[in-house]
Amino acid sequence: MSQSFDDISAQLRKRHRKSARLKWFSMGALGLAGLFLVLFFTDMLNKGLPAFQQAQIQVQVDYSEQASQIPLAAVEEEVRDLVSRGFLRTIPLRMKNDPELLGVQRSEWVLADGQVDQYLKGHANKLRDDARERVDRLAAEGRVALKFNTTFFTRGDSKMPELAGIMSAAVGTVMTMLVTLAIAFPIGVMTALYLEEFAPDNRLTQIIEININNLAAIPSILFGLLGLAIFINFFGVPRSTPLVGGMTLALMTLPVIIISTRTALRSVPDSIRHAAFGVGCSRWQVVRDHVLPLAMPGIMTGSIIGLAQAMGETAPLIIVGMVAFIPDVGASFTQAATVLPAQVFTWSGEPDRAFIEKTAGGILVLLTILIFLNATAVILRKKFERRW
Amino acid sequence: MNIQAASRHTPQPAPEVGQPVTRNANAHHELSIRVRDLSLWYGETQALNKLNIDIYQKNVTALIGPSGCGKSTFLRCLNRMNDLIPGVSIRGLVEMDGRDVNAVKMDEVALRRRVGMVFQKPNPFPKSIYENVAYAPRMHDLVSRKSEQDELVEHALREAGLWNEVKDKLHQPGTSLSGGQQQRLCIARAIAVQPDVILMDEPTSALDPISTATIEDLMDKLKKQFTIITVTHNMQQAARVADYTAFFHLGEIIEYNDTQMMFSSPATKKAEDYITGRYG
Repeated sequence: MSQSFDDISAQLRKRHRKSARLKWFSMGALGLAGLFLVLFFTDMLNKGLPAFQQAQIQVQVDYSEQASQIPLAAVEEEVRDLVSRGFLRTIPLRMKNDPELLGVQRSEWVLADGQVDQYLKGHANKLRDDARERVDRLAAEGRVALKFNTTFFTRGDSKMPELAGIMSAAVGTVMTMLVTLAIAFPIGVMTALYLEEFAPDNRLTQIIEININNLAAIPSILFGLLGLAIFINFFGVPRSTPLVGGMTLALMTLPVIIISTRTALRSVPDSIRHAAFGVGCSRWQVVRDHVLPLAMPGIMTGSIIGLAQAMGETAPLIIVGMVAFIPDVGASFTQAATVLPAQVFTWSGEPDRAFIEKTAGGILVLLTILIFLNATAVILRKKFERRW
Repeated sequence: MNIQAASRHTPQPAPEVGQPVTRNANAHHELSIRVRDLSLWYGETQALNKLNIDIYQKNVTALIGPSGCGKSTFLRCLNRMNDLIPGVSIRGLVEMDGRDVNAVKMDEVALRRRVGMVFQKPNPFPKSIYENVAYAPRMHDLVSRKSEQDELVEHALREAGLWNEVKDKLHQPGTSLSGGQQQRLCIARAIAVQPDVILMDEPTSALDPISTATIEDLMDKLKKQFTIITVTHNMQQAARVADYTAFFHLGEIIEYNDTQMMFSSPATKKAEDYITGRYG
């Protein structure tokens, strides 16, 4: 006997309720994830954006004979404890380099002490009450102000928060990434090419494939230990340098590049290979002239994502000594250097509260670069996407 | 046993298939490819079983038969495209120009230079129309100067009957053409390297009737210069374009004959049943 529509609907109601419930659960999960992201970003922006501004103070600088000996004498007594000691220390050197400065008296905007900066931003600070009064008075006269913090982007690390910048870490990151790319890209692409286009499909290659996939899931700190044991202790590569850091990260990036290259190669349809073989291409010609050009966007995308991953990596670099206090911008691959996430890590451990905003500011810079890299990868993929 | 040596030095007994009686007075009878006792296995599965066939120069030979009977597999034996499939083993002789194409000394690249191929689905390179045709001759050093290359591209496209349609857009991508045009581009690409034989694996199965007719006309024209071997599921097409027809069934050649003979009075029951549409 057949059932009426009403009977069937009654049975279906339960099923429909179930799917509706599932839909709400999944939407809830997504909403929660979005909420955390928003919270995280607001917090970071709140804490980090002030780092891009720094208090400056307008003072009368007196480049006298005395100041070249005792820098404190260069500014009036009233503001001596409000001006950054880092600025004062540079006075003798500047006078030595530029003799004409001797005897000049002029009004300059100079970096204020980190505590003044924190006071102006309304954060906790160690200023004494009389100093606060003086700052308030100067502020009322318009002689103290928050200005764009160029120091943050042009200088290396410092123990004085007002002088601490991310430049040395950024340069370290660039050099480390260059090493990583120079090693991981050719080796990774060639490995994938061999496995995908040349190697026979047998037990050995299957084992290799499984192991490469496993390699991608290994905790990154193990790569750091490997780098320490092999590169530093065995081969004697200088520690703490972009060279050893880049080599270590290359190990970590290799599986990512290999896997994404293989996927890209596999997505090139066989009909193209057959066409090329059909006109008498050798295997290498098929790969070079037909398969590789078509797979290139995919390979680039994978490599950029692998690089972005490596860029945010800290743990293996701690092991090879790249978490270090690096005040000067590095100039060579074999000089001690640090990288952006390691710099963030270093700052986060500083006792001075002024470093809290530096930490958040460093994270913002790192995040901006990573978002930019990932966006490039997405654009590349979209632009060269091909449908067959 | 060295099959090649044996076939050279001992007189071959006349095979039961491979020497069709033809009523076509204009047909050439010079041997192009000689196949003796060709068997092929995909792993454990035998796909071809002791094939014997002589293919004649400057004719169209059609291979017909139900799906999975080994026509395409046999076709790919002729330019060793089966090498690309893992687990294939081949025994027997495929001889062209007095040489065993499966011999270790035979370079498959050289073989494919002389035996071109057109595939079932048009597969132009994702490059310009010009580049599709010019790529292979340049790779084989058939042309040295740009002017020679231009000439050769025009010649090949004219031969393929595509020149008038594409001469103003040679630098547009080959994939922008219609399906039938793409297939003719693939034919132009194949003839650009001046092969002796062109293999066509169901070249019109993805095309509309008008494009199919164009390709068929083209095959008729091209057979003056090239030996054409085509796989087809379309009985009428075989009857229209082929000089010789081979009927495959379960990895064997059941019958090989002049096309007219094959379609008017097939010698075997199986071929008759297939041709008259009783199975397949």
